[in-house]
This record gives sequence, C-alpha cells and structure tokens, in this order.
Amino acid sequence: MIAIFDYGSGNLRSASRAFALTGHETVVTSDLAVCLASDGLVVPGVGAYSACMEQLINAGGEVLIQERIASEKPIIGICVGMQIFFTHGIEKAGHAGLGIFDGEVSQLDAKILPHIGWNNVVADPASKLFRGLANEQFYFVHSYAAKRAIPDSMTSWCEYGEPFLAAVERGPVSAVQFHPEKSGAVGAKLIANWVESL
Amino acid sequence: MTLSKRVIPCLDVAGGRVVKGVNFQNLIDAGDPVELAKYYGEAGADELTFLDISASVEERSTTLEIVSRTAEQVFIPLTVGGGVRTAQDVDQLLRAGADKVGVNTAAINRPELINEIADRFGDQVLVLSVDARRGKTPSGFEVTTHGGRTGTGIDAFEWIINATSRGVGEILLNSMDADGTRNGYDLEMIAKVRGVTHVPLIASGGAGKLADFAPALAAGADALLAASVFHFQTFTISQVKAQLANQGYPVRR
Repeated sequence: MIAIFDYGSGNLRSASRAFALTGHETVVTSDLAVCLASDGLVVPGVGAYSACMEQLINAGGEVLIQERIASEKPIIGICVGMQIFFTHGIEKAGHAGLGIFDGEVSQLDAKILPHIGWNNVVADPASKLFRGLANEQFYFVHSYAAKRAIPDSMTSWCEYGEPFLAAVERGPVSAVQFHPEKSGAVGAKLIANWVESL
Repeated sequence: MTLSKRVIPCLDVAGGRVVKGVNFQNLIDAGDPVELAKYYGEAGADELTFLDISASVEERSTTLEIVSRTAEQVFIPLTVGGGVRTAQDVDQLLRAGADKVGVNTAAINRPELINEIADRFGDQVLVLSVDARRGKTPSGFEVTTHGGRTGTGIDAFEWIINATSRGVGEILLNSMDADGTRNGYDLEMIAKVRGVTHVPLIASGGAGKLADFAPALAAGADALLAASVFHFQTFTISQVKAQLANQGYPVRR
C-alpha cells in the first residue's frame, strides 16, 4: 500500500490521481501509523520552505520520516517535499530542513522566476526512477533548488540559470524537484518506476 | 537543457459547458470541457486554462465539478480563473484539482487578496490576469475590467509592479486592443511589461495565424495563450510548436 502524507501541504488529489493512472491505489492520510506501515510514502509539498517544515513537524512528519529511513522503507519527496530533505532552506528568513541530504536549498540564479514549465532532466545513468526516461521533459514550478552533488547518491540534473538537482536517489529515499503528477506520460512512467522499485 | 516555451489553450466555460468559440468536428461533444481538455492534453498542450465566465452562482457551482473531472483525466497543469474573489475560492479550486488560479478584478478592487492567497498557498498558485488597453495613464496602458469594456484609470505597469511585490507566480497579459483582431499579439505591450517584471509572462490576445506566435516570444513572452485559433482548428498546437522550433525556440514535443 502506498500512502500520501497529508500534513497540510500540496495538491494531494493530483498525486493520488496520478498514481491511480498507473494502476496503483493510494491512501491520502495524516495517520502516522498508516504512513509508517506503508510500502511507499509520498511526501508532497508546495509553498514556502519554512511553512512546509513547520507543518511537517506539527504533523509528526519529522519523526515519521526518520523512522522510515532507519528501517529502510521507501519515501519520495516531491517539489518542496524534496527540498525539506536537505539541511537548510534559504527562503526568506531561512529554516532548518530534515538534513537527510547534506546541502542547502537556495534561490536559482535566473532572470525570470519562478522557474515554471517543462524542462529537460539529464538522468543519472544508474537511476531507477528515470529508467527509460534518460532525457525527458518534466513540469517544474519553483524558485529555489539544491545545487550541489550529493555523495553516494544518484543525481539527475536540470538547468535554469544554473545547474540544479532535479532528483536525488539514495537508499530508500527518492526526491524530485519537478511534479511527476503533472508531467503527462513521462511523469506517469516515473511514478510507475518508483512503485516497481518498492 | 532549456526551459520550453509553453503553448496554452484557453477554454471559456459557464454552467459546466464550453460557451463560445468552439467548432470541433471530431469530438463527440465539443461543448464538454473535460473532453476538450483531454483532446488538448493529447494534442501537446503544455498547460490548460479554464476561464469561468459564469453569470450566476448556480452556473459557477458546476465549475468545481468540471475542474475535478478534468484533473482526474488530464495530467498537465490546469489554471482556473474567472470570478475568484476570496482565498476560500482559491482553496476550493485547488482542492477540486486546479494547480493554479487566475485572479483579476477582485484583486484590483482589493489588492490585499493577493497577499492572502500567496501567504496561504504560495506565490506559484497565483496567476495575475491583467486585461490592459492603451489609455491615458503614465505608461500608456490602462487596466480594464468586464472584458475590456470598463476602464479603471489604473496604470497597467504600476498595477503589475504593485501586484508582483505582493506575491504573484505569473502574469497573464491580455491585450484588449489585440483581443479578437487575429492580427497578432500586442508586441509593444509584451515588450514593455517584460521590462517591468521578473515573473513569467503569458501573452494573450490577437493570435490569428501561425506566424503570430514567435514574435510574441521575441518580445519577451514565456508562454503563449490562444483560444479561437485552436477551437476552430485554424491550426493545431503541433503546428504552432513546429513553427516555433523552426525559429529556434525550445518547445516540448
């Protein structure tokens, strides 16, 4: 069973519909026990970094995610749900993240922001998420991103003003900066790849 | 690796139906917004926009249902605008499955609405829809309401600068001078607005032939919205993208 963590952030129905399209039913829930027990946990996130982190902590998500990682249970973060896996977010006043990945999330060095639309992702050749999707376009909506490589991880890259991390995979943790649930057929394929890896 | 220029069809809906400007031969029910949305999704649209022009509360109540049905079947971003007055309206649309919400007149009447929406849902959900025409304001462009029929006396550039400082993800720039003419996008206005804002700019109004699209990008637009030329099958989205690609613009195909 796949759970979508409802902690007050993100377009949860989009995510659940996209999973349904690939033939996988999901449970949208704030129940920590259900999230912990699930085969795969989706952590969505939109809006400001600090607001997302605060909502996540208030919903018990910090402990939940740490417990899942400790027991090697897969999770995937989407958009700001990816960004909060990093050490720190420099958005407005800045806020500490979960620190799963070492690095900070900062504003893209581009003339026009947010970065909105379809952009190419050059996939890590070893990536499971991007199997069959080596250089496809995905839908992005964000102004901030992580920009440094993560050791011992599979990293897939995009560029807008400067190179940034479009996706990271390490052990049970996957994270994507774009919205697979809004990326048409290629997004559905990526979701299917993740589900197959569970 | 380059961000693609977006091509966005816009559907006017009211009472659960597409209400004008549609003449499709090859759909079972071309008046069904969901069926048209699916068609455009498959035809290569990068996003979809629904503009709710409902005149009554009863008609408007069907919009949420259409949004929900569309979001179940179309996996590209959906923007819904028209008649959005409160953060509560935005919440309902997002819950129904909209990804972005267009705000126009209500924000002109009460600019704080922009802050309220951006603070609660993030800048990225808010598309500021600006209906502008040439007028006697400092920039030479005036904000209008009621589909361009009513002038507000507000300078379009001042309004865009004010609104973006409050939190706007994108600007949908509708030229009321070019709208319906099919003589091409309002290149002068696009270029001038590009100079006063750093958020993505969606050009709207005036598309009539394939050659009209690339100049709007050259003027500074990041995305191109059109309605009747697609609904009347004057040409397809693929043809627009092929034309843009020929001119050296990155597109998703």
